[in-house]
Amino acid sequence: MKPLPPRWADRLLERFCAPHLLEEIQGDLHERFERRRVLFGERAARRQYAWEVLGFLRPFALKRKKSVTTTTYSMSHDMIQNYFKIAFRNLAKNRVYSFINIFGLSVGMAVAMVIGLWVYDELSFNKQFKNHDRLAKLWQFVQFDVEKSSYDVMPIPLAEELRSKYPDFERVSLSVFREITLAAGEHKFLRKGNYVEPVFMDMLSLDIRAGSAFAAQDVHAILLSESLAKAIFGSKDPIEQLLELEGKESVKVVGVYKDFPANTSFNEVSFLAPWNLYLATDRNAKANVHAWDSNSYQIFAQLKPGADFAQVSAKIKDIRMKLDNPPGYKPEFFLHPMSKWHLFADFKNGVNTGGLISFVWLFGIIGVIVLLLACINFMNLSTARSEKRAKEVGIRKAVGSVRSQLVAQFFSESLLMAVLAFVLALLLTQLALPFFNEVAGKKMPILWFSPWFWLCGLSFSVLTGLIAGSYPALYLSSFQPIKVLKGTLKASRSAASPRRVLVGFQFMVSVTLIIGTIIVFRQIEHAKDRPVGYSREGLMEVKMNTPKLREGYETVRADLLRTGAVEEMAASFGSLTVENDGTVAVFWRGKSPDSSPLLMGNRVSYDFGKTVGWHLVAGRDFSRDFSTDSTAMILNEAAVKLMGFQKPIGERIRWNGKECEVVGVVKDLIKEDPFKPVKPSFFVLEYQYVDVLHVRLDPQVPVSEALAKVEQVFKVHHPAAPFEYKFVDDLYAQKFDYEVRIGKIASVFAGLAILISGLGLFGLASFMAEQRTKEIGIRKVMGASVLAIWQLLSREFVVLLLVAFCVAVPVAYYVLSDWLQKYEYRTELSWWIFAATGLGALLVTLLTVSFQAIKVALMNPVKTLKTE
Amino acid sequence: MRRNYLGEFEELVLLTVAVLHEGAYGVAIADELERQTGRSVSLSAVHAALHRLEEKAMLNSRLGEATAERGGRRKRLFTVTALGSRTLQSIRETRNRLWDSISPQALPALGL
Repeated sequence: MKPLPPRWADRLLERFCAPHLLEEIQGDLHERFERRRVLFGERAARRQYAWEVLGFLRPFALKRKKSVTTTTYSMSHDMIQNYFKIAFRNLAKNRVYSFINIFGLSVGMAVAMVIGLWVYDELSFNKQFKNHDRLAKLWQFVQFDVEKSSYDVMPIPLAEELRSKYPDFERVSLSVFREITLAAGEHKFLRKGNYVEPVFMDMLSLDIRAGSAFAAQDVHAILLSESLAKAIFGSKDPIEQLLELEGKESVKVVGVYKDFPANTSFNEVSFLAPWNLYLATDRNAKANVHAWDSNSYQIFAQLKPGADFAQVSAKIKDIRMKLDNPPGYKPEFFLHPMSKWHLFADFKNGVNTGGLISFVWLFGIIGVIVLLLACINFMNLSTARSEKRAKEVGIRKAVGSVRSQLVAQFFSESLLMAVLAFVLALLLTQLALPFFNEVAGKKMPILWFSPWFWLCGLSFSVLTGLIAGSYPALYLSSFQPIKVLKGTLKASRSAASPRRVLVGFQFMVSVTLIIGTIIVFRQIEHAKDRPVGYSREGLMEVKMNTPKLREGYETVRADLLRTGAVEEMAASFGSLTVENDGTVAVFWRGKSPDSSPLLMGNRVSYDFGKTVGWHLVAGRDFSRDFSTDSTAMILNEAAVKLMGFQKPIGERIRWNGKECEVVGVVKDLIKEDPFKPVKPSFFVLEYQYVDVLHVRLDPQVPVSEALAKVEQVFKVHHPAAPFEYKFVDDLYAQKFDYEVRIGKIASVFAGLAILISGLGLFGLASFMAEQRTKEIGIRKVMGASVLAIWQLLSREFVVLLLVAFCVAVPVAYYVLSDWLQKYEYRTELSWWIFAATGLGALLVTLLTVSFQAIKVALMNPVKTLKTE
Repeated sequence: MRRNYLGEFEELVLLTVAVLHEGAYGVAIADELERQTGRSVSLSAVHAALHRLEEKAMLNSRLGEATAERGGRRKRLFTVTALGSRTLQSIRETRNRLWDSISPQALPALGL
């Protein structure tokens, strides 16, 4: 073999030299090498050859000749036009697939968008206030029993203590949140608002639109929100107008402020009145000005820049315990920063345990999962369908397409679909947002003008398009046309296995979501069905917010009974659906001296028991027949259990400096959280502090008629106050608001997730059936029955579903038992829920698949086979 | 028509193509140049010059036969075009004219 020039130099030359020059240049080089080898020997020749090659690193040799035929340029205008034309034709040709594909993806995107907006809204809660990172609310942990409970109500003197002795505080304001009547002449409004100190308005950097804030010495002044000012005064200038509060105090409107935004903790506040006014009018507040152990007021604080919430909390923790007579419940004060009010509001035994944030996570995860399901569908369907286009690829290649063109074509097709889906998703979101806002209790708009929103949405669409398009673009375009067109190319069975995994994953998620939704609803039902200890039907409450009614209890009762629309009436301190009078100062025989459990006191009138319809388990109700009943007491079962009485009737209990005798025991009345055990409570007769009237309407009389009659009585007895009533049924239902809301949202999303997976399943099943029409035709010719073919097509999906179910059950069990742990009164995770879900999913799957399977199985084999 | 400027090396290559007449291709031209000028000439320089001359339309080329020592690769054979010929002529005339205009005393004697 003749010695050759150095291999590497040749290779190098072949790499860099323009192809059209390579032959002559290499030829010349080789010829010269040969001569030099003969003349100077091989070594020299090789060395010189290398030098010569390097000498060709010149522009003329490097520059590629422009090809005369430029069709290989895949991004030319004509080709792009062609890609879109083909893409649209494909969409139009396979309408069902296109619909399933685009619609499914856009539903997923819309869900993700709505959830994204919701999460954004939740996270931006309270962020509007300029000083939001320095504001805090005072809370305290107290220890009545073994566990520490937390309250956001404070004693009044604490505010002055913080202001004067702790330099970390810049501003401190006392506050109470109240619902009161505001009257301007004949117009009366029942609105919620805060009594605050003037610094409060600086803390929230209140946006005052007209007038000014009230000053420190002002008492009879009020600031209204814009919406309330408009509601009361219309277009009239509200400044300097007079309002009557609670039917007794006359105040002057000094300013109007811009309504607090919906996503702030003060969104219900529609007026701000001076704290001084509250002090001047509220009997309790007046008495509590120096009372360190009367916790009924809120304190808001703003720290100086640079002060740390945790450090300041540590400093103020023991303020009360260092004073004289520390109370037995050992209060520990601390600051709860504004950024955590909304999402981290739960405390358990002195530790913050989160709160709403868990729902932000939950929905965030659901959103991601739904979106993932939609993407999986989109990819599955696009890839499954693209296999049908192998022939198109073959022909395109045969007539001169290069690979980059096919890649561009498939990518542009899937991008087109993804972008169409995005547009549709925007539309769906716009349509769905009003409903969602209603259910979620929000006021969220689409962020049309946020660049982030567009950036996220579009980049996500492009990403989905690219991922979904990657399989056809990269795999199909590698086909050799000869094999495709000859028909020897078979899609390998392994190509279908990732698709199977994806479908299995979808099944799993769907099953988990179904189980989860069922459990959430069962938990709500469980709590709703819980015996409440009284009957809610036809029971209404009227707040006695006027002094006049208070005095005329007996006359009002007599008048009401006379209307015939009322069965019974009673009064008590506080609503039936709220516990508001806890006390530790209750003593009974055998009470251990070192425990001070909290008991709920209820001051009621004689007819209370009859009106609410409680259930006596022992003893008797209060009665006018016994003159000693002014010191009688009725316990609930929880209290009897706490006190450990075997025979509670006749036991003597000291409360409020009085010796009371237990005359009866009633079944627990659920006043507060229906998910929690009822607190030990007692009932005593006391008219002095009652402020709510309970009226039981006669069920025989139509509600509207009865209401009109009751209103008439109230109008007579107190014409100034608006007749504001609430049905206990509604109040009780409000306790489930939150759970019902979560349940509704979760079920909508779960439903959509299932819809998406159903669509995907349908598409995939129909595709598989279509792919196997010939096989089925042959099977039929050979004698297969419809049933056998149905089995053949359904089996794969059923097996997949079973596998998915086996994975989903432990996952769902784990997550849900964790969720239920939160509730002290909770439903069971019964096995039948899982079984029913499995059966339901199986049924839906079989129905979906069978629709296609039977269609194919019934086809005439002559038709399916004759095309060959 | 643009001015046909030729560099010195280009002129030599063009002349060499004319000298070799039918058999002018890379290696032959380089060899001939080495022989005539006595300086070593790299193939790449020759090819670059040929390429430029062809671009200037002073050379024509076609692919010739393959030989064994070229590894079966064809050579590119060059011929001078009419433009090339005219350019060479004009250069020569300019030179002649210049020579004729030099007075005998102007150049230092070389001792001929």
